[in-house]
Amino acid sequence: MTGNRRRSTLFLLILAGGLLLALALAGGLLDDRALTTDFSRKNLPPCPAYLFGTDWMGRDMLARTLTGLSLSLRVGALTAAASAAIALVLGTASAAFGGWVDALVSWLIHLVMGVPHILLIILVSLACGRGFWGVTAGVTLTHWPALARLVRGEVLQLKGAPWLRMSRRLGAPRGKILRNHILPHLLPQFLTGLILQFPHAILHEAGVTFLGFGLPPEQPAIGVILEESMSYLTTGRWWLALFPGLALVLVVVLFALAGERLRLLLSPASAQE
Amino acid sequence: MTLEAKNLTFRYPRRGTGPVLEGVSLTLRAGERVGLSAPSGRGKTTLCRLLAGWETPQAGQVLLDGAPLPRRGFCPVQLLWQHPEEAADPLLKLRTTLYEAGPVDPAVLEGLGVRDSWLERYPSELSGGELQRVCIARTLRPGLRFLLCDEASAMLDLVTQARLWRFLLDYGARKNLGLLVVSHNAALLERVCTRVLAWEDIAAPRRT
Repeated sequence: MTGNRRRSTLFLLILAGGLLLALALAGGLLDDRALTTDFSRKNLPPCPAYLFGTDWMGRDMLARTLTGLSLSLRVGALTAAASAAIALVLGTASAAFGGWVDALVSWLIHLVMGVPHILLIILVSLACGRGFWGVTAGVTLTHWPALARLVRGEVLQLKGAPWLRMSRRLGAPRGKILRNHILPHLLPQFLTGLILQFPHAILHEAGVTFLGFGLPPEQPAIGVILEESMSYLTTGRWWLALFPGLALVLVVVLFALAGERLRLLLSPASAQE
Repeated sequence: MTLEAKNLTFRYPRRGTGPVLEGVSLTLRAGERVGLSAPSGRGKTTLCRLLAGWETPQAGQVLLDGAPLPRRGFCPVQLLWQHPEEAADPLLKLRTTLYEAGPVDPAVLEGLGVRDSWLERYPSELSGGELQRVCIARTLRPGLRFLLCDEASAMLDLVTQARLWRFLLDYGARKNLGLLVVSHNAALLERVCTRVLAWEDIAAPRRT
């Protein structure tokens, strides 16, 4: 059973990683095709030549979808990594130093958690001038608190462990204690948190862009594609929204599944099942 | 060298209301082996934690030759934890655990019967007795002055216990260590210690 789960988790992780890489590459290669307009082929429903159809300007929807996903994944990877790093540093510092550092970090966590995500992302994104960096900053600054709180609790618990007190009283250097004792125990939570951050980040990026506060309309982002296609749905051009939306859901589900499997595998409560 | 506990009062944060220790005083001199026995739940282990500097008392002081314990570096007062499986990081090989704070005298390893093959394993792959011997070995360093043994041999079989205590007594005598032996085993205390204290000898009577 464990062997099976281990293998399927590994498979999912490789699949997710491979997809990430392939999409990132595809995004770079298809960038031109996604922007090419050709009015001789506008409004084509899905056909062998254009699997996802074309839009009202004759742009290839497959190329647009792949480029959009690639952009979303890049935003997702960047924000997930950055917010996980913030969470690790703040959570560890909060628990390790205690006192006013802990009070400050806890206050920040509650502050950010208390404001609805989407609102805060819109505000930060607007303040940073929208675009790629606006969205990235917005999603990064809103997604660290949950993981930071988890890391803080974990470090607090580690600090009380007899083996940690033992090491400190035996005079092991601080850096060594952090490297040998704290970080290895945080790794499972950190990795799981990092991967589970991914789908959140992608959805929020698409959501903010859909609402018009994120990436600019000339960029083929999933949010932009979905937003544009809304006005054509009523005229029966279903393929404009269906395929990009489906692709987004698939990617998000894949990452969520991979993260969830990893959590089951790494968490001591379920590792032996 | 003297290890002195002066009028210690200690309560754990957010655990009940009353203090665990109140007005506890104890003096331990170099070369002395003091036994301490008391019913469960009186605070023997908490006292050991305070003496070794794991916790700071709310009132009173722990003094080593009249000065507080050093906050950094190797502490001359070391505690042998009663559960060896909690005293070693479960994710580290024992070689890392053993040498993480500096070198260990090979004669100590030999005297305790620590085999080199154990050091390639993780704590969960050794028996409690084997693990405890590794944990003892890493505390027996040149700077050690006082060793607090909190039921340190309770998990061992009698033959191993006898061998361990013979080694510890011999090592202690050579280095002029002060030993505090906490145990429920009256025969062990009688055999090992130069004087045996009951809880009433070190703590003020409880106000109830």
